[in-house]
Amino acid sequence: MASPATAMTPPVTPDPPPRRRRSRTTDRGLDRAFRYLAVGSGMLILATLASVAIFLVLEALPALTHDDLASEIAWIPEGGNLGDVVGPLIFGTILAAIVSLGLAVPVAVGIALFISHYAPRRMASALGYVVDLLAAIPSVVFGLWGVLVLAPKVQPVWQFLVDYFGWIPLFAGDEHGNASNPPRVLMTTALVLAVMILPIITAVSREVFLQTPRLHEEAALALGATRWELIRMAVLPFGRSGVTSAAMLGLGRALGETMAVLMILSPGFLYSFKLLVASQQQTIAANIAAKFNDADDIGRSALIATGLALFVITLLVNLGARAIVARRKDFSGAN
Amino acid sequence: MAQRIDVKDLNIYYGDFLAVAGVEMSVEPRSVTAFIGPSGCGKSTFLRTLNRMHEVIPGAHVEGTVAMDGVDLYGAGIDPVAVRRQVGMVFQRPNPFPTMSIAENVLAGIKLNNKRISKSDADETVERALTSANLWNEVKDRLNRPGSGLSGGQQQRLCIARAIAVKPQVLLMDEPCSALDPISTLAIEDLVSELKADYTIVIVTHNMQQAARVSDRTAFFNLKATGQPGRLVEIDDTPTIFSSPREQATEDYISGRFG
Repeated sequence: MASPATAMTPPVTPDPPPRRRRSRTTDRGLDRAFRYLAVGSGMLILATLASVAIFLVLEALPALTHDDLASEIAWIPEGGNLGDVVGPLIFGTILAAIVSLGLAVPVAVGIALFISHYAPRRMASALGYVVDLLAAIPSVVFGLWGVLVLAPKVQPVWQFLVDYFGWIPLFAGDEHGNASNPPRVLMTTALVLAVMILPIITAVSREVFLQTPRLHEEAALALGATRWELIRMAVLPFGRSGVTSAAMLGLGRALGETMAVLMILSPGFLYSFKLLVASQQQTIAANIAAKFNDADDIGRSALIATGLALFVITLLVNLGARAIVARRKDFSGAN
Repeated sequence: MAQRIDVKDLNIYYGDFLAVAGVEMSVEPRSVTAFIGPSGCGKSTFLRTLNRMHEVIPGAHVEGTVAMDGVDLYGAGIDPVAVRRQVGMVFQRPNPFPTMSIAENVLAGIKLNNKRISKSDADETVERALTSANLWNEVKDRLNRPGSGLSGGQQQRLCIARAIAVKPQVLLMDEPCSALDPISTLAIEDLVSELKADYTIVIVTHNMQQAARVSDRTAFFNLKATGQPGRLVEIDDTPTIFSSPREQATEDYISGRFG
């Protein structure tokens, strides 16, 4: 509704006739400048990506082409080759990332929905601020917190899981039927990773949920939808691709997170699903950080080869996410 | 399946701002009642109080009573969700759910009311609702395609099908044709005339010819000045309003001597 003030606005005086030629050339110049800026930025990101890929391949080449790495590098088992280590590392990296994603996404979506559709306005902005603050905590602090605060607290919970859900392979105990103590296990690591990726997933999801068209929300309400039904009919389907993207951003961070994993997880090089037993898995990034300082040239090259594997995994994950989003494009609401 | 609505002494607020004041009117069952009036006079605001959609805006509230067959919609213990299941609504801009197929859109309200519905019942409901909305022949071969792929007029008829699939008592339409071309508008108007055999219909329109064509009774809303609350000036049989209204303001508005 127009305020009374608008009625009192003085009549608009027509602008003086613009100086046509000059303004047009400036516009052209600006237009061109912006185009170059945009194209240049796009190219820059491609060039950066390419240079990282080239660096990884070149540096990894000596290790990839070496016949007998096991005799030169201590952490490759006798008679084995690089693949015997990279395989379990890839496995451990993906397992840690997926478990942390599984823990973080439901909570993040819940928080985002609370902020966007349940909380009173003032509380919503305060809560959003707090969640964003979580993102500002350095990962080394998260690592310390995980080791000193979280680990002792969760050990009984992990023991409970082993005792009552040990028949699920993920929750199997060690040879004595126990969860490791101290719990420097993948589950603890994944829990800390989940806290670390929570802010980004929450922030992106919240923005997407807030952009649900009012029209669709009202359509659901007018049909007699409750708040939850409104969310299920209008908000979640609309936010689906956004939440997927958010989860992929979080997954990217979880795949690459180094410090927290290094500080919490007791490493192992097995294809093991045991989340509650120590010395089973290790992630690529933490492995590089742990070994890089003591590595000689060929050892460094081998570590970079594992980094190349991480790079490829991340690319594949993102491609996969794109494919998932694109599959239901017709129904996305973008048309 | 159609009920009368009696509105008594209704004041409608946005926060502290009184948007519409002192509305008194009755809406007859199985008839079309049109609301006309200048922009900002509160027609749509008033319409949205009839299914308690007004209060979804933070701070919005009403005083007074809106009784449907004697039961006050704003009485204590009345659940707004239950009210909206009785009173269907069609919006200014077509708003099918973009993530649902045509058939799912039609069934959206039914899924809310009773979760389980057999496949054959569902098919029957989809066909009945789409047929009533004069859309069946156009979409029967693509029921599983997204509703957002239809033209604007088809989308609006899909929204009408979605609203009547749950067999509401009353159907509210908030300028349902304002985003549509003349042919689609005609299709919707024909549909309104057919639907009044079964439903109580209230339609807001900016188009006075439309009000004259489709409605049995017409209500004229106006406001004295910007910042003043809107008021119901008069409500009468449509031919009376358009030929010999009681109020000078109505006469001025319908003859274009307004403002």
